Amino acid sequence: MEINQNLEKKINSELTTKIKNSKINHEQIYITIDHENLIEVLIFLKSNENTKFKQLIDITAVDFPESKKRFKMIYLLLSHENNSRIILETFISENEVVSSITSIFPSSNWMEREVFDMYGIKFKNHPDLRRILTDYEFEGYPLRKDFPITGHKEVRYSEDKKKVIYEPVRLEQDYRNFNYESPWEGTKYIKKQSKKNE
Amino acid sequence: MSKQTKKLNLNFGPQHPAAHGVLRLILQLDGEVVEKADPHIGLLHRGTEKLIENKTYAQAIPYFDRLDYVAPMNQEHAFALAVERILKIEVPIRAQFIRVMFCEIGRLLSHILNITTQAMDVGALTPTLWGFEERETLMTFYERASGSRLHANYFRPGGVHQDLPRSLINDISKFCVSFPKIIEDVESLLTDNRIFKQRNVDIGVVSKQDALDYSFSGVMLRGSGVAWDLRKSQPYDCYEQFDFQIPVGKNGDCYDRYLCRIEEMKESIKIIKQCIDRMPKGPIKSIDNKISPPSKKEIKESMEALIHHFKLFTEGYRVDKDEIYTAVEAPKGEFGIYIVSDGSSKPYKCKIRAPGFSHLQAMDYLIKGHMLADVPAILGSMDIVFGEVDR
Repeated sequence: MEINQNLEKKINSELTTKIKNSKINHEQIYITIDHENLIEVLIFLKSNENTKFKQLIDITAVDFPESKKRFKMIYLLLSHENNSRIILETFISENEVVSSITSIFPSSNWMEREVFDMYGIKFKNHPDLRRILTDYEFEGYPLRKDFPITGHKEVRYSEDKKKVIYEPVRLEQDYRNFNYESPWEGTKYIKKQSKKNE
Repeated sequence: MSKQTKKLNLNFGPQHPAAHGVLRLILQLDGEVVEKADPHIGLLHRGTEKLIENKTYAQAIPYFDRLDYVAPMNQEHAFALAVERILKIEVPIRAQFIRVMFCEIGRLLSHILNITTQAMDVGALTPTLWGFEERETLMTFYERASGSRLHANYFRPGGVHQDLPRSLINDISKFCVSFPKIIEDVESLLTDNRIFKQRNVDIGVVSKQDALDYSFSGVMLRGSGVAWDLRKSQPYDCYEQFDFQIPVGKNGDCYDRYLCRIEEMKESIKIIKQCIDRMPKGPIKSIDNKISPPSKKEIKESMEALIHHFKLFTEGYRVDKDEIYTAVEAPKGEFGIYIVSDGSSKPYKCKIRAPGFSHLQAMDYLIKGHMLADVPAILGSMDIVFGEVDR
């Protein structure tokens, strides 16, 4: 799409060094930035005459436990005027704090709360950073890759205490994660053999 | 002598018929006027995104039925589209028609439920009784196509699970003839009804700018006068081939949103009719056996088909390393899927963007200064289903 290409050029020429990487894929613009520049870039994208990304669609994060910068923060924006979507990516390490964007997009309030709840990423200047989806007094960050899928605590009604109680998870059978990916590399093996015969 | 007044904190829900599920709303009241609303959500949180990360792509589809459970197939559609775009699969044209038809049936299901329960929240019982009879008919269509009334698990990346039974198209076309009469009947009860109007007109007004700022989508956005529908602006499957209108509201209040939904149902009927008239013949899923399983007959005859079947239902198909956001116009608004794939047969990350989440967030803004009795009216017009809000 031509609009996307023009938009990508425009963003790159206006923000120059703040954009670390940009590409167009699946008719969407992907740009990577440093998280220190987040506020500035978002204000530009929202208010600039040409870009007009006025709607924040969602905020989320992806966990890469083995890499140095553990989390990739994702901001999805939509421009009605240009009928175009942009995906903003920024990498942060585990203890880094990201600026909250509630002052630019009021709807980011709950989205940031969700990221905090699921990944434990903290936001600077957030008006009300509480857990949102998990239980009251929940511990741990469920969408981190090192959080077990079975969780840590289970809930039941106790006949003795006449109330709902929390206990450590006890399973009759451990959760089984089958790995079906075949270890065979059949074709490579045959190729090597045929070379030897030559 | 001055009167002593005290602010009252009221717990609305989690079990309240007008909360449309499990919403705990903590309201701060000054007399009967709501000063602040703090929605506590997550009482239906099941960790769908975590579960999907641990399942193959094929096993992920049933989870989407359980999000917005009044329009299951619309959500499967978003997931199917996302995987198709990464894998670059061609979807046969018949499959696209079937999917569009069932998405519109889903829209009818959702809008009937919303309009009638919104009416019930403000005191009208009859529309619910009439509407739910039609929902039952629509759900039998779901059942005849997929085998279940609610949790269809019918759409697949590359098409749909199985072809439609022969008489189903006929019955859907009969329904398209009889249903507009039901819409008329419901409208005769509500549209000009004095009580319904008193409870909805000028309640929960959203301005154009605020609708954008609060990430509204779907009817919530169109009710405020923003002409934006993904079926028109970013058409997916074969939506561009159909002739339909996008109803847009003027005032952005609960009443306009009700009118938008009524008109949208009429447009949906138009789309379904066009689908039936032009339904092409041909395959209903991708013929690539690396993605869609072979038929039972083939498995009996061909060794290769048997291997494909075995691999697809144990390991599943692998999806190239990529990341993508796809959105569909679900009945409630923009329903999006953000997938990060890593080349294995399980998604590395699958974020679900539910329209209701953003809508409910604006509850505090919408309710401020309204009366306590307006809480169910506004909640009803937002079309909240907790399956998708809590995920």
